[in-house]
Amino acid sequence: MSGILNSSIGRKFAMALSALFLMFFLLQHFAINILSVFSPDTFNEVSHFMGTFWVIQYVLQPILIFGVIFHFVMGFVLEIKNNKARKIGYAKTSRAANSTWMSRNMLLTGAVILAFLVLHFIDFWIPEINTKYIAGDMSGLIDPANTESGFRYYEELVHKFHSPLRVGAYVIAFVLLSLHLLHGFNSAFQSIGANNKYTNGLKGFSKVYAIGIPLGFVFIALFHHFTH
Amino acid sequence: MMNLTLKIWRQKNASDKGQIVDYPISGISPDMSFLEMLDVLNQELIEKGEQPVAFDHDCREGICGTCSLYINGRAHGPQTKITACQLHMRSFKDGDTIYIEPWRAEAFPVVKDLIVDRTSFDRIQQAGGFISVNTSGNTQDANAIPIEKENADKAFDAATCIGCGACVASCKNSSAMLFVSAKVSQFALLPQGQVEATDRVLNMVKQMDEEGFGNCTNTGACEVECPKGISLENIARMNREYLSASLKG
Repeated sequence: MSGILNSSIGRKFAMALSALFLMFFLLQHFAINILSVFSPDTFNEVSHFMGTFWVIQYVLQPILIFGVIFHFVMGFVLEIKNNKARKIGYAKTSRAANSTWMSRNMLLTGAVILAFLVLHFIDFWIPEINTKYIAGDMSGLIDPANTESGFRYYEELVHKFHSPLRVGAYVIAFVLLSLHLLHGFNSAFQSIGANNKYTNGLKGFSKVYAIGIPLGFVFIALFHHFTH
Repeated sequence: MMNLTLKIWRQKNASDKGQIVDYPISGISPDMSFLEMLDVLNQELIEKGEQPVAFDHDCREGICGTCSLYINGRAHGPQTKITACQLHMRSFKDGDTIYIEPWRAEAFPVVKDLIVDRTSFDRIQQAGGFISVNTSGNTQDANAIPIEKENADKAFDAATCIGCGACVASCKNSSAMLFVSAKVSQFALLPQGQVEATDRVLNMVKQMDEEGFGNCTNTGACEVECPKGISLENIARMNREYLSASLKG
């Protein structure tokens, strides 16, 4: 058991577990963000709960950060190992004949998503941490001195989507996330050994998830850009 | 009759750098097998006093897994579920340029021209691809132990792997997972394979990693190019077997 992460299968298993965790996180992130379209007040309430409940802040958030870092680091480790397995390439290849573009370019799509995450952290996460844990304002209010000022979360979200450049970057990143998930969703299940009578159904669901969730995030960005 | 341009990897020995060399060839019948076409080329080269192209071949009927040509960017050529020896020249057009290269993987070093050393597969087999049974004097009837039909069929399908290495050659990571998983599965699905199941999967995967094969990224290229149609389901089974064995071990 101790050496499992030193084996090719063990590393892929760990990669798949982190991927499944991140996909679950993405789903709940979307479920909260879509509230901003239908009910700004509910979005504010849920955001405040997520931002202040200790289990989420001190247990799940560190696990999430570890999961993100682990997924990217392991992705690069696997890529380096895979490149070492074939130092001399073919003069001619016809890879499109036997595999999808998405499956062959997970590192590329993953690197773009990583770049987007850096932007996302600068935009949302770092200011949030700064406000709550450095400035010490846990109120979640637009004006901490005025309890009538209302929660700040919806206002911050809408403000971020004013810039067409940011919205453009957002759209590109989510298109690539969709391509990443179109392969990654099923691949994660295969890596943990789940290939059975449910696999075909899972493939159908994976397409709905891989296209639907990123498309939903893009919709939210465009909705706020064009309605405010 | 067809006229073709062959672009063939020539490499004198394991330490030679090697290069692609062009060979125009004419008068090729569409009914020839691919290997017969190479025989014609080699005959011409011998008559000219040149070194013939070295390539692996044995049964020439798709059973032995010896032929190992990467033809126009695909293992065993443009058709699926066949070996290079079962490929016919009617799969190409008059005037075509055909690239012929050896399997490429650090675990399959080139010996000469199109021949690669696939003994890494042998070492993986030796690490656990067998069952230990006393067979002298008390051989049991093969049907003494009932086996579920579905499992018997899946074990048989896995056992049809001929160890040609097309999976490694096709995989962008040079992963041997389809080969190893077929060997693990054919025993894991049968009662006779259960006794050594834990050690088998751990030892075979350990040997696979030590040989320098890459990781599986589930592109599925191996399954498409496998001449015997070995399913990715076997890789998932090996993953389960390995994880379960790791917990036990």
